[in-house]
Amino acid sequence: MSNTDRSYLSISHVQKKFGRFTALNDISVDINKSEFVCLLGPSGCGKTTLLRIIAGLEEPSKGTIIMADKDMTNVPPAKRNFGIVFQSYALFPNLTALQNVIFGLKTKKLTQKEIKDRAREALALVDLEQVGHRYPAQLSGGQQQRVALARAVALSPDFLLLDEPLSALDAKVRERLRYEIRSIQEKLKITTIMVTHDQDEALTMADKIVVMNEAQIMQVGTPLEVYERPINAFVADFIGSINFWKNQNQEKLAIRPEHIRLAKSGGIKAQVETIEFRGPVFRVQFIVYDRNSDLNGSSIKADLTMKEVHEFHLQKGSEIHLDLSLDRILAYDA
Amino acid sequence: MKQEYAIPANTARQPFFFNRENWLKRSLLLVMLVTFLVVLVLPLMTLFVKAFQSDDGVFVGIDNFINYFQTPALVQSLQNTFFIAAMTTAISVSLAFAYAYCLVRTDIKGKTFFRYAAFLPLFAPTMMHGIALVYLFGNQGIFTNGFFGLLPAMDINLYGPVGIIIAEVIYTFPQAFMIMLVALGNSDYRLYEAAETLGVNKAKQFFTITLSNAKYGLVSAIFLVFSLSFTDYGAPKVVGGQYNVLATDIYSQVVGQQNMSMGATVGILLMIPALLAFFSDQLVNRKQSSSLSTKAIPFQVKQNRKRNALAFSFVTIITICVFLVFAAVIIAALAPGWPYNLSFNLANFQLESYTGGGFTAFKNSLLVAALSAVFGTIFTFIYAYAIEKIRKMTGLRKAGKFFSILPVAVPGLVIGISYVLFFSQPTIELFGSRFTNPFNFLYGTIGIIVLANILHFYSVAYVTATSALKKLDKEFETVSESMGVPMYKTFFKVTVPMCMPAILEMAMYFFVNSMVTISAVVFLYTAEFNLAAISIVNLDDAGNLGQAAALSVLIIITNIAVRILYELVVYWIQQRRKYKQNQLTEGMVMNE
Ligand SMILES: Nc1ncnc2c1ncn2[C@@H]1O[C@H](COP(=O)(O)OP(=O)(O)OP(=O)(O)O)[C@@H](O)[C@H]1O
Ligand SMILES: [Mg+2]
Repeated sequence: MSNTDRSYLSISHVQKKFGRFTALNDISVDINKSEFVCLLGPSGCGKTTLLRIIAGLEEPSKGTIIMADKDMTNVPPAKRNFGIVFQSYALFPNLTALQNVIFGLKTKKLTQKEIKDRAREALALVDLEQVGHRYPAQLSGGQQQRVALARAVALSPDFLLLDEPLSALDAKVRERLRYEIRSIQEKLKITTIMVTHDQDEALTMADKIVVMNEAQIMQVGTPLEVYERPINAFVADFIGSINFWKNQNQEKLAIRPEHIRLAKSGGIKAQVETIEFRGPVFRVQFIVYDRNSDLNGSSIKADLTMKEVHEFHLQKGSEIHLDLSLDRILAYDA
Repeated sequence: MKQEYAIPANTARQPFFFNRENWLKRSLLLVMLVTFLVVLVLPLMTLFVKAFQSDDGVFVGIDNFINYFQTPALVQSLQNTFFIAAMTTAISVSLAFAYAYCLVRTDIKGKTFFRYAAFLPLFAPTMMHGIALVYLFGNQGIFTNGFFGLLPAMDINLYGPVGIIIAEVIYTFPQAFMIMLVALGNSDYRLYEAAETLGVNKAKQFFTITLSNAKYGLVSAIFLVFSLSFTDYGAPKVVGGQYNVLATDIYSQVVGQQNMSMGATVGILLMIPALLAFFSDQLVNRKQSSSLSTKAIPFQVKQNRKRNALAFSFVTIITICVFLVFAAVIIAALAPGWPYNLSFNLANFQLESYTGGGFTAFKNSLLVAALSAVFGTIFTFIYAYAIEKIRKMTGLRKAGKFFSILPVAVPGLVIGISYVLFFSQPTIELFGSRFTNPFNFLYGTIGIIVLANILHFYSVAYVTATSALKKLDKEFETVSESMGVPMYKTFFKVTVPMCMPAILEMAMYFFVNSMVTISAVVFLYTAEFNLAAISIVNLDDAGNLGQAAALSVLIIITNIAVRILYELVVYWIQQRRKYKQNQLTEGMVMNE
């Protein structure tokens, strides 16, 4: 892993309790400068709480937040120099897009002209110079989202926090904005932390994914690492789809559907239960009947190309051999 | 994948976020709590202590209460008051329920008109309903002598319980109606469809769905009407005759006999139903919030001519009754020779000729109402904002919330008497030591009247402010904070403009109610600073019913004018918002 000696933002042993309830438990993450980090996990696992602690909007019960070698744990939000975008965008409805961007700039020691220029620049960055005079109600969801982003980056913050910024948008717009946010982030080289519960979003956008579950960090790694080498059964299950089964030693074994191939002979014997067309692939569900296999009697799903399905004349009820590539099998303690 | 960090040595925890912005927020919350301490907690405590003291300040335990229950005349008024309140509640809530039902669950014509007609009594002081009844059913009333002998005479024995109950019903009807309108409006049509498919008949649907959905509203309305009629002073004063109730008792104890201890004792009795109402409302609100799902479908009215005809007749009759009351007062004001001389003139509107100065009283009332509206709105809105939007300091905010809704449980008379007790004393005793009372200077000034009004109407305005604030994204403040924009800037640039309609509504509410109220101010006005509502009572006492009616009419006209002004300004604001947005969208293509 390419970890520089000193990370830019370092969260160490952070704990957060709401009364008796523990929302975050011993969270430690290091984030490098200009890195795009996604906090990924199921609903209620504490992603937003962690983001708010980084922003200074919540006080951690234990632990420290270090930014550029300075202890920021007790520094108020206004002094942390971050930009933030919420799921609701929180654009001021009675101000135009441009005025929204200007609103924060006014607190800086800038001339009127500088303020205007910087606001325009920020809107240009998100490609919305033309609609600066419109009110939020007159903008589409995606445009509002970009205005919120422009407002957040206009102050040249040291880092950018995004709490599910895309989840209120429909699928098409969402995909385009993923790409846009990422390219703006790269252009500005701004350290970014984004909360999401959408694994595709995390896999496509992030340099580093922090997978969380039940107030704890499960795994930190690049998208490829968390996908290919999930550290435990939860991560394996949460990201992508996977087949689980147990062997004689009570170990939990797993394999992703795309790592299963068909064979004329060898491997394990199975019969087709259902075939489901998914566009690029077929998701085929088999039932294994092979006394020599740990999988005997259980179901297993595989993603097969159209070519394979045709080549093997696969139909409901077809009997076939499955080839589970050994190097692709993951093993976990049960 | 995780590496070890050198944990910085000794991160001694500083006080969380110590900086100017937080200091400001904390001060704001503290100032708010101190305000409540001075205008609410200390006066009520003084009243409470007084009820357990003899008149010269010696602790006597519950002697005052024993004394009270051993005085037959006083016990009689307690019984009377219960009777009045119970009857009023039964009649007023049933009528309000039926009226609201007709407007929500049928498709009769003129619903808007009928709705406004039902609200009309809100613009008038309760004495006015009494005066109207005197003109209609009093000794010389139109109905009493059968429309100048055209109809059989009809003496309903107005002076006493009958008059009081009718007047209280008129007074409480709009308030109960408002609650029922909301309660019946919150229904889920899917339940009726389900019942329909299961073959449940209409009567059973009414009991199992309609009533059970509206039950929390009904409970609130019952408690509210009970406590309003339990504590009202205006109506019994005008049409009560020899029939005593607690409200008139407390007045004669305090003002007539200067018996403060007994006044305080009665004050505590007066507060009991309101306190019960308060706690039941708290309980009900908690339950109700979960009862209606967001997927609920609004009730769909089916055609039914017989039902419509019935409903229309009912609301028409009620509306005629309301108009009759207002017509009677207008005639009383315009025809000084009534019922012997039916010529109309404006003699009663010569305010200067009133004993005690009618014009000055009216001007004073306008001033008090305006000041209460301005300061009441400012304080209520800022405090509601602080409670709703400050992120930290949960404890202080919770306390603020409690004190903000508590005033609704304190009847006007109790506010009045506790203000007299607290503000009149030159020194305060607190935790065994004596201080000079820094607020003593307010006593006998317009300031204390305005303060009493603001407190009296605080809770409703607070709820209006809070619900407007809740509609704004709670992240506005967070985003501003992240940009280093101070909270007050967001407040003035975003929150206030966005909440303008609610702010105007609060101001109007303070104004209208300050114009009509009598209960709190009856203890606080002075000979030099009279108020219109007080004048009405005094004129009525002196037998100048025509002038009392004229003054009532002036109050109503003022209030209706203020209401219309409010509607116009809100309309203008909404049009301007729409205009600003439409102007820009024209000819534009959304490029998304
Ligand atoms: N102010 C609070 N008081 C009490 N509990 C809280 C508070 N804020 C959050 N929690 C609890 O902490 C847990 C984590 O909340 P958080 O908002 O961080 O979840 P999340 O991972 O962002 O979930 P989602 O994907 O649903 O947004 C939840 O169980 C939540 O109920
Ligand atoms: Mg969240």
